[in-house]
Amino acid sequence: MNQRILVFVKQVPDTQNISGDAMTPEGTVNRAALPAIFNPEDLNALELALQLKERYGAEVIVATMGMPAAAEVLRQSLYRGADRAVLITDRALAGADTLATSYTLSCCVKALGKIDLVLCGRQAIDGDTAQVGPQIAEKLKYPQLCYVEEVRELSADSITVRRAIEGGYEVLSSPLPALLTVVDANEPRPMNAKRIMKYKRAATKSELAKKFPETADAEAEKLLAQNLLIDERNAASIGAEPDRIGFPGSPTKVKQVMSVVLTAGEVKQIAPTEEGISLLIHELISDHTLG
Amino acid sequence: MANFFNDNADLKFTLENLELAPICRMLEDGFKFAETYDTAPRDVEDAIDNYRRSLEVVGGVAADNIDPRSATVDKEGARFADGKVTYHPFTVQNLEDLTKAGVMGVMLPHQYGGLNFPVTIYTMMTEMVSRADASLQNIFGLQDIAETINLFGNDEQKAKYLPGFAAGKFDGAMDLTEPDFGSDLQSVRLRAWQDENGQWYLNGMKRFITNGCAQVHLVLARSEEGTTDGRGLSMFICEKCPQLVVRRIEDKMGIHGVATCELQFNDVPAQLCGKRRLGLIRYVMSLMNGARVAISAQAVGIAEAAFRAARKYAAEREQFKQSIDQFPAIYSMLSSMKVKLTAARALLYETTRIVDLRSTYSHLCEVGAPTDEDRAAQKYYNKLAALLTPMCKALATESANQIAYDAIQIHGGTGFMRDFNAERYYRDARITNIYEGTTQLQVVAAIGGVMQRDLDRRIEELAALELPAELQAFRDKVMAMHAKQLTAVQFVADRKDSAYHDLVARALVEMETMIFVSLLLLRDAAKDASRRAIAERYVIDSEYEFAMRYMRVVSGDTALMQNRCEIMDY
Repeated sequence: MNQRILVFVKQVPDTQNISGDAMTPEGTVNRAALPAIFNPEDLNALELALQLKERYGAEVIVATMGMPAAAEVLRQSLYRGADRAVLITDRALAGADTLATSYTLSCCVKALGKIDLVLCGRQAIDGDTAQVGPQIAEKLKYPQLCYVEEVRELSADSITVRRAIEGGYEVLSSPLPALLTVVDANEPRPMNAKRIMKYKRAATKSELAKKFPETADAEAEKLLAQNLLIDERNAASIGAEPDRIGFPGSPTKVKQVMSVVLTAGEVKQIAPTEEGISLLIHELISDHTLG
Repeated sequence: MANFFNDNADLKFTLENLELAPICRMLEDGFKFAETYDTAPRDVEDAIDNYRRSLEVVGGVAADNIDPRSATVDKEGARFADGKVTYHPFTVQNLEDLTKAGVMGVMLPHQYGGLNFPVTIYTMMTEMVSRADASLQNIFGLQDIAETINLFGNDEQKAKYLPGFAAGKFDGAMDLTEPDFGSDLQSVRLRAWQDENGQWYLNGMKRFITNGCAQVHLVLARSEEGTTDGRGLSMFICEKCPQLVVRRIEDKMGIHGVATCELQFNDVPAQLCGKRRLGLIRYVMSLMNGARVAISAQAVGIAEAAFRAARKYAAEREQFKQSIDQFPAIYSMLSSMKVKLTAARALLYETTRIVDLRSTYSHLCEVGAPTDEDRAAQKYYNKLAALLTPMCKALATESANQIAYDAIQIHGGTGFMRDFNAERYYRDARITNIYEGTTQLQVVAAIGGVMQRDLDRRIEELAALELPAELQAFRDKVMAMHAKQLTAVQFVADRKDSAYHDLVARALVEMETMIFVSLLLLRDAAKDASRRAIAERYVIDSEYEFAMRYMRVVSGDTALMQNRCEIMDY
């Protein structure tokens, strides 16, 4: 069996290890204080793909949409065992909400030819929406299997998974192609030292243009010959319509970003009497907590 | 995402400042391998970048995967039933993680799927693995066996075993000790005999064999019938088979994760590795020296873990309305622990650097076209490595014991309880100054070089380094100690009394160590001002320690030789 598995990954700010103020005074995310990392559940998705590759034989392609610097998570995927990497980067993609993002990624799936299985992490730690995976499936009209913990069986035309549900799990089968979102149920493998030594040279064309302004094309040829050129695409090359991507394609508008700190206020004592309770209820009704 | 490399300023400083360039240039043979292997570096910068990245990989696996499992591995340990050793599932998982990380053939050449790294980098990896789980180092650290096959085996043996080691499919054991012979290896009895077709078989017992359940064994055996000394011993390779029986595993004080086995060889088919009669005097000595460096790293790793646990506890624990690290009694202990730890690490990586130079020059002299200078360098580094290796093992393992002991003390009653890691570090550290040669035997191995002044050239080089004005007074103190050391050595030599020589050998080796390590720490402090306080404290502490030993050595007091029984048997 030689199936093609596509894993979508995302470079996110590390919200666990904040080294300074997470927000700027203007209310935007302070990227300088938040190192960019591989979204944790995307690592679980990649691990699942690599396990399927070991069990059944498959080609694992990793793709991300992001800034040129997001090539780093692609290299980290190659260090762990991915076969190929695709970066979708374009200024026109900036400001995308989950609708525009899932549209863009669905275009990517179509542009890559025959794909049997699309894997995504359940959600990214920066937005925490868990919407992108399911929306990609909708757009591609693929069956979607969400909150997947493990793959029980994979055949040429179907997949059986175990997925987490509230209070337990269920086992589902689906025809292929299908899309899975994966939860934190496996232990992502470490990066492999030997693969690092090989793939640390892997680069996108825009990285080469920056590093070798004069000879970027020749360098790209060299990398391509060694299978080290990261496939870089823009909106046009994956066939995405301009009005459905980036800002224009995003109905979600951010009105304000606030850092909400929840603290206990002053303490008020209510007498345990009919009168005391009545006063409390009236107070709660008047400030719209009740009613 | 914790990382035992990135969180360790001393280790990072060491990698950046150890001047590995000449070593990796020689290891990569002028970087010609890059044409054939896509994992081989293209230049020095590329090689050092590979080292750093690989250390980060191991640092991550050690911190995130191995460390959280280590308390359970210690509690539950390896099992033995029906003649079969079973490792703890976490130990198995740890080894799988390290295999996936691609670091099971760190020193093996590219052609066998190895990384072709120097021993210095491998040692840093073993140190980090030990900090996470000392017992795992005993399995991970057996890469020395593959390295020994690479050095002394024939091409067929190399092709048969090395790719398997590099891929993590084979693990190894070195079968030296017997029930009656531990330190006295030249008396080993396990018999090797040949049938009419020339096939070798091994017959006899081995004891205290770390990871004796391994796939591939290097065995020291008596191939020359009728001999009784080391020259009748050869080294053999054999594989796990029904004739190789694990009789039992030991119930140990520490390093519970690894099985220590008693082995019975019932005519186990074997292959000769290298030449007959060179088993002990050449191959096993080489293997043991490698293992001594690895155990030094194990000790430093445990010491690092113990120190950190104590430092953290002392900062958090409040008594008399302040954290206990505010009390002189506590902060003086913590400072002394940190100074000892840094001193041990400085000597460890100076040793590995010299061992790397020795290996690369030896390789050049064996297969290349060496100049007279190369031959002289090979000889010089060989001598230095022979002295520094036992010196380093003695210092690192004894220091680790002191640090682990003090770590419990700082935890107070809590440290005595199984709930905290401090007592595990203490138990795990305790074997390090025993196996691969006790400290007493390291002294025997080192004293000759001290008496012959083998380190003086290196001491001179280090003393000639330019130092900032503030450090010069400390160097003067060290050189005053060195002058006294020459007096002490002369005093002992002049007496021509071998019993007195042996009686004061440990003091002399320790004095030499203090001088040498002081100079290493001053060298490092000159490069980085934030290391000055540690270097100064080490020199000051050493001055007192040195003076005490000096008095003893030049006292010429031999009374103990006569009255020891009156004392011991009162």
